[in-house]
Amino acid sequence: MDRLLALLLVFAPLSLLSVGGGTSIFAEMQRQSVEVHGWVSDAQFTDLFAVSRAAPGPGSLICALIGWQAAGFAGAVVAAIGLYLPSSLILLAVGAWWRRAGESPARRVIERALAPLAVGLVCAGVAALMRAAGGLEWATLGLATLALHRGASPYLIVIVAAAGFAGLRAVGLLGG
Amino acid sequence: MKARQDLDSDAWAGEKRLMPPTDRPAATLGAILRVFTAMGLASFGGGLSGWMHREVVEKRGWLSEESFLAGLALAQVLPGPNSANLALYIGQQLRGWPGATAAALGILGPPLLIILGLAVLYARFAATPGLGFVLAGVAAAGLANQLITGLKTASRMRGLWPWAIAAAAFVAIGLLRWPMIPVVAVLLPASLGCAFLTRSRHG
Repeated sequence: MDRLLALLLVFAPLSLLSVGGGTSIFAEMQRQSVEVHGWVSDAQFTDLFAVSRAAPGPGSLICALIGWQAAGFAGAVVAAIGLYLPSSLILLAVGAWWRRAGESPARRVIERALAPLAVGLVCAGVAALMRAAGGLEWATLGLATLALHRGASPYLIVIVAAAGFAGLRAVGLLGG
Repeated sequence: MKARQDLDSDAWAGEKRLMPPTDRPAATLGAILRVFTAMGLASFGGGLSGWMHREVVEKRGWLSEESFLAGLALAQVLPGPNSANLALYIGQQLRGWPGATAAALGILGPPLLIILGLAVLYARFAATPGLGFVLAGVAAAGLANQLITGLKTASRMRGLWPWAIAAAAFVAIGLLRWPMIPVVAVLLPASLGCAFLTRSRHG
């Protein structure tokens, strides 16, 4: 019970600090769960990060993995509630006002102002996540983008990428 | 496909809003839950904003391009994990609070169970050589969804100032790694000013 409360007290404030997405709070998440509370070791945190990146769904679900290590399934659920609920309430409050604004001229102006920012932020996100990538990952990103542009299924692309990289590894060419 | 792209760019230029075509499935609560669950399960390697753009705007026409992009920007600027925020926004615009709840449950619930299962497997297979290599490849392919959303929406921008704002945000945050809040605090008023001054030309 104490651990569940501690999880809530760690993740709920992080929810409100995570401006710009989950990546902005990973450092603090790591400090709290490794150094302050000792729920996971440094190496475990790195492994959990890899799992959360590769798994489907938001990468921020790493919070559930930490909660699970700390206090089992209940810990995973409590950590997820802590990380998602506070920020969700703020977003829904803004969204309700936005929805009421309907087709008003003010909303049109704000939409047209936010669109280029969204484009810049989306591309910046790609750049941030590709920072550590090598030539092979860049080539994969380029090919997958071209395939999507030609109308290929994104489901198929993920499967082909997994099979392709596993194949390259299996024949011992790369990734050893 | 070509005809619909033309319609989209018209809507983008502000001549007329892209109305949800009537021949597409309506955004009922069940449909929202189903679509977001499918995305939650399929989005290996991330790139969720790209998946949502594809499923919600392109395939189903539930939201206009403008409304989606505004939500994308709000999801990043407001606190909270981006993809969860964007799902909440889409659900709320479609069906209010119940819609937001359905979207959030779909995109978080099933992946939560999968990730716990994967963590158990990973503990057993973490020592498998080459696993990290394959995961990195899948992540790179998953990111293509996000990249293509950025490129497609960029290609619909008309006029000089949206390109200047988008490029400035990309260079400052993506390349120079400046913190997002001060960058947005400068660019957002500039963008609002440009949008306000050019409003008559765009309706």
